[in-house]
Amino acid sequence: MSNRATNLLVPIVSVVLGLIVGAIIMLVSGYSPIEGYAALWNGIFGDLYTIGETLRQITPYLLAGLAVAFAFRSGLFNIGVEGQLIVGWFAAAYVGVAVELPKIIHLPLAILAAAVAGALWGFVPGLLKAKFRVHEVIVTIMMNYIALHVTNALIRTVSEGGDRTERIFASASLRSEFLENLTEFSRLHLGLLLALIMVGVMWFILEKTTLGFELKAVGFNQHASEYAGMNVNKNIIMAMVISGAFAGLAGAMEALGTFEYVSSKGGFTGIGFDGIAVALLGMNTPLGVIFGATLFGSLKYGALNMPNAAGIPIEIVEIVIAVIIFFVASGYIIRLLLLRAAGKKKEAK
Amino acid sequence: MSFMEILYFIVPSAIFYAAPLILVAIGGVFSERSGVVNIGLEGLMVIGAFVGILFNLLFADTFGGMTPWLALIAAMVAAMLLSLLHAVASISFRADQVVSGVAINLLAIALALYLVKSIFDKGQTDFITERFARYNVPVLSDIPVIGPLFFTSVYNTSFFAIGVAILAWFVIYKTPFGLRLRAVGEHPMAADTMGINVARMRYVAVMISGALAGIGGAIYAQTITGDFGHATINGQGFMALAAMIFGKWHPLGAMGAALFFGFAQSLSIVGSSIPYIQEIPNVFLLILPYVLTIFALAGFIGRANAPKANGKPYIKGQR
Repeated sequence: MSNRATNLLVPIVSVVLGLIVGAIIMLVSGYSPIEGYAALWNGIFGDLYTIGETLRQITPYLLAGLAVAFAFRSGLFNIGVEGQLIVGWFAAAYVGVAVELPKIIHLPLAILAAAVAGALWGFVPGLLKAKFRVHEVIVTIMMNYIALHVTNALIRTVSEGGDRTERIFASASLRSEFLENLTEFSRLHLGLLLALIMVGVMWFILEKTTLGFELKAVGFNQHASEYAGMNVNKNIIMAMVISGAFAGLAGAMEALGTFEYVSSKGGFTGIGFDGIAVALLGMNTPLGVIFGATLFGSLKYGALNMPNAAGIPIEIVEIVIAVIIFFVASGYIIRLLLLRAAGKKKEAK
Repeated sequence: MSFMEILYFIVPSAIFYAAPLILVAIGGVFSERSGVVNIGLEGLMVIGAFVGILFNLLFADTFGGMTPWLALIAAMVAAMLLSLLHAVASISFRADQVVSGVAINLLAIALALYLVKSIFDKGQTDFITERFARYNVPVLSDIPVIGPLFFTSVYNTSFFAIGVAILAWFVIYKTPFGLRLRAVGEHPMAADTMGINVARMRYVAVMISGALAGIGGAIYAQTITGDFGHATINGQGFMALAAMIFGKWHPLGAMGAALFFGFAQSLSIVGSSIPYIQEIPNVFLLILPYVLTIFALAGFIGRANAPKANGKPYIKGQR
């Protein structure tokens, strides 16, 4: 079996194993896995409305996955996507409520605000990594909590003591009547297009620009890049800033498309952490992110149907996702087993 | 309110909030000193809290006042099992330790809530009846100043946590086991050459971290919240991770940092009834531990250096 084929097989095997573990857990706790997965399937593809909502759920996953994947390619682990998403969400919603402008200016402005906020939140760990060699994982985790508490305080200030802002002006909204009519009035919005364009942008940056080449080089080997005359520190900061901007855009999807407001949060949205799963499953490539986001976005939205249709708690899907991450992360052992299986086949021939 | 009265009010509540943080942070010290990054502390705490509450609800009638303590043991065992998963993935399967930790966190909260919903048919458990009780330490609580500060209306769990911290310091710095643990985390190849079984040391260390995180989670749930739901732990594990780093991977440092973070947390909760402090917006107290950790890492508050081999799987024979 070629190396490339095994690399592609690892995520697929992981997904299958994850679903099997989910089935076993349902069986052991007294539910029917067949009913459960049927409910999941219907929750994803049941009718036009659910398909619309599934696509809506995939949208922020695409961007969160891009954010994690982009940082990974430069050798950085951005666990802070969650925090960058939250500040992006707030920034977009704030611009959406604070001013009323013609749509052609207002919408891009709100989207830009989210990207800038996310980029800023990614800049801090990037700078600390570049200047002080501080590990980005810890800083981004801390930044997540700072984002959560700071935006909650800001939301309280903006809404004068309430726990959510007003609805954004229609001129900043990503919603489209056309998409809503197409999908029996789901909340599917134009953000999906933006997210797909961003997948193209990531591909373009990584494959077609000098910046992308340098970022990947730094990801492969910092010392070699430095000897080749690249500015490693600048590249580290750039990687985190761009990654943060993607994450901020994911927040804009929620602010301008799905909810059209921002409310204070007791805990994290989880999209940022699932972004890690998306990127890993997609092997940190733009195309892979589409695959990962589609899978996890669908699972996440489809799960909402499970309590009603089969009486199974939605958390079963989170368990499946966690198990999939485990297997993808333990790719070494799966690869080993696959190679061994392939080796045996050869001997048998 | 006089200054001393404020102290009498705040210090006990700070220690009370710090106890679980101390235990979990010490758990983190064990794991990371052996070279295994443990982002999964949060998830291990979640499982500890869930199992602790579940055990307490099921056996309160059987064991009476002893229930909370026995629940700690159940929580410890459950969290150790979960940490074994992290150990297998990151030590034997050479998985990225941060990714594996993230998976532990996702898995723990999902599994706990799944079971809560299956067993109780609602989003959170019932409230426990047998809690850890506050009490005044005889004799010691009569000492002026120190008595009301440290020995009045305290929990035994706080003394337990501080005891564990001191014990951990002794184990890590004064025993052959501790020396081996640190060696494996700093330079696994050298340790291996000297005949230390690197993988086994790391397994033991990760399981110790699981045990302590489980106990910490169960203490948190049984003293502070009294039930288990999706927001019970809500970042306490990451706060403990921060305390571990702020304490520079040293057990006593981690304890000090945990006490300080407990202080900040209790201020953000009871601060509204204290003059001067009530004028500080709550958000500053909430983010204080996280901001301080970033400063500590950036070297503004002394240099915090992680163990050298932290986060790297050890592959025999690889340079």
